[in-house]
Amino acid sequence: MADLRVTIAGVEFDNPLIAASGTFGFGREYMEFYPLSTLGGISCKGITLKERAGNPPPRIAETPSGMLNAVGLQNPGVDHFIQEDLPWLKTQGTKVIANIAGNTPEEYCEMAEKLSGTDVDMIELNISCPNVKQGGVQFGTTCAGVSDITAQVRKHCTKPLMVKLSPNVADIAEIAAAAEASGADAISMINTLTGMRIDIHTRRPIIRNNTGGLSGPAILPVAVRMVWQAANRVKIPIVGMGGVSRWEDAVELMLAGASAIQIGTAFFSNPYAPIEILDGVAKYLEQNQFASVTELTGKVQAW
Amino acid sequence: MKYEVKQCRILQKQELAKGIFSFVVDAGALAQKAKPGQFANILVPGKTLRRPISICDMDAQKQTLRFVLEIRGEGTQILAGFEPGQDMDLLAPLGNGFDVGDCNRKALFVGGGIGVPPLLHPAKLFGQHATVALGFRSQEAAILIDDFQQAGCNVLIATDDGSLGHHGLVTEYFGQVQPDVIFACGPMPMLKAVSEFAEQKGIPCQVSLEERMACGIGACLGCACKVYRPTEDGGMSETYGHVCKDGPVFDSRKVIF
Repeated sequence: MADLRVTIAGVEFDNPLIAASGTFGFGREYMEFYPLSTLGGISCKGITLKERAGNPPPRIAETPSGMLNAVGLQNPGVDHFIQEDLPWLKTQGTKVIANIAGNTPEEYCEMAEKLSGTDVDMIELNISCPNVKQGGVQFGTTCAGVSDITAQVRKHCTKPLMVKLSPNVADIAEIAAAAEASGADAISMINTLTGMRIDIHTRRPIIRNNTGGLSGPAILPVAVRMVWQAANRVKIPIVGMGGVSRWEDAVELMLAGASAIQIGTAFFSNPYAPIEILDGVAKYLEQNQFASVTELTGKVQAW
Repeated sequence: MKYEVKQCRILQKQELAKGIFSFVVDAGALAQKAKPGQFANILVPGKTLRRPISICDMDAQKQTLRFVLEIRGEGTQILAGFEPGQDMDLLAPLGNGFDVGDCNRKALFVGGGIGVPPLLHPAKLFGQHATVALGFRSQEAAILIDDFQQAGCNVLIATDDGSLGHHGLVTEYFGQVQPDVIFACGPMPMLKAVSEFAEQKGIPCQVSLEERMACGIGACLGCACKVYRPTEDGGMSETYGHVCKDGPVFDSRKVIF
């Protein structure tokens, strides 16, 4: 059996599958299906300095091969996470990534400082939530913004720092390079693509926020392309995500340059998706005589 | 496990009204675990999201669950095309369900349109103690009336066009009833009126809500609904609860309509 372990920014994951932030809560709901140690890691629901109620409903709309969401970072706040969720999560045998979003650089820094004092394994800087006006995406769509926020948080963060990139940018490689130059230990990408759907009968957007973030199989090729472009530019590891629902998708994203994979929307139709994906990846590695899953990273032979 | 994914063979299919289909499935142990008012998130082949469909009826001995769904869009259109002998992929049982309590009390069930099905099983438990007020667009859209009558319930019908029963709103029956408890499911304006009636009369009332949903288990926070939450100082604040995990059944006094 091939070795499925991967190391990202010094953190060793038992396998390369990580639950994507916002799709998996703090893990409790999916424990009904399998032990959380099935996953290499869990990126927790995005947390903010203070509790947030989130956006009014409807927050969800289906799209061709995907879905839009505009949940709006509903969460109980960083202190609640540290006290109530993190200690329990740390007993589950999986790596725990705290995903943080803020209104201001100071809020990001304060959260990074608080979390650096805990036993969380990694911090994921969410500068790409498209669904709240002040949810970090204002920092995430320009190189100067990404550099500034990454550098500031870096000073307050003693944990491995992963910056989650928005795909709603002109040149993803430039953005990835800006994060790397400013102190990011890793990059995760891609967050959702901003989208919109309209009910033609009521002539109203289906989502109350008007626009939402597109996820699901529809965005897989965008993720593959962006991971490939970023991987050609930066040396830090990339955690790839965007529409992975089958093991073939995970292999594809790793070939494009990802060192690990986050899955999200796939949980909704198939809670067992990570088990099936891991199984498929392991068989693929054996059939192709790879000793370790890490050998897949960046193995695409581009034309 | 509280809930699970299970392939359930379709035993019966029936078109109850135009575009409204009833399915009875072999659910095995799920049928023993399910409570009235809970729902299943049903896989739609080729679609990204499952569709939440309430449990209409259950038979623990025969190990069956019954679902009634209306074609509302592409997803329900695909589900409506399922036939006996095929399997439905259910994520169930989900949500909290109705707190039925003492079934010798006088219960009022209020249902509107496709909100009627989840009331059938709990109304059966109350039998002749149940008054069931059902509202439909028209006679053509009326469903499940025989099922409620066979259970011994006192059934009152209202239609928007007067083609069956009272010409008007189901809430116009409320002057005639003095229930101990109310259970309701249907459009939000109807639920609001039912809740106001319950509040005025001081009758406990449970309402079953609907919202666009993704995970169905409380992880994604998609299916938000505005509710009151007690605060530390003994007051109430507004927050978003979630239909899938905190509901779909709520104490009507907690819902902000």
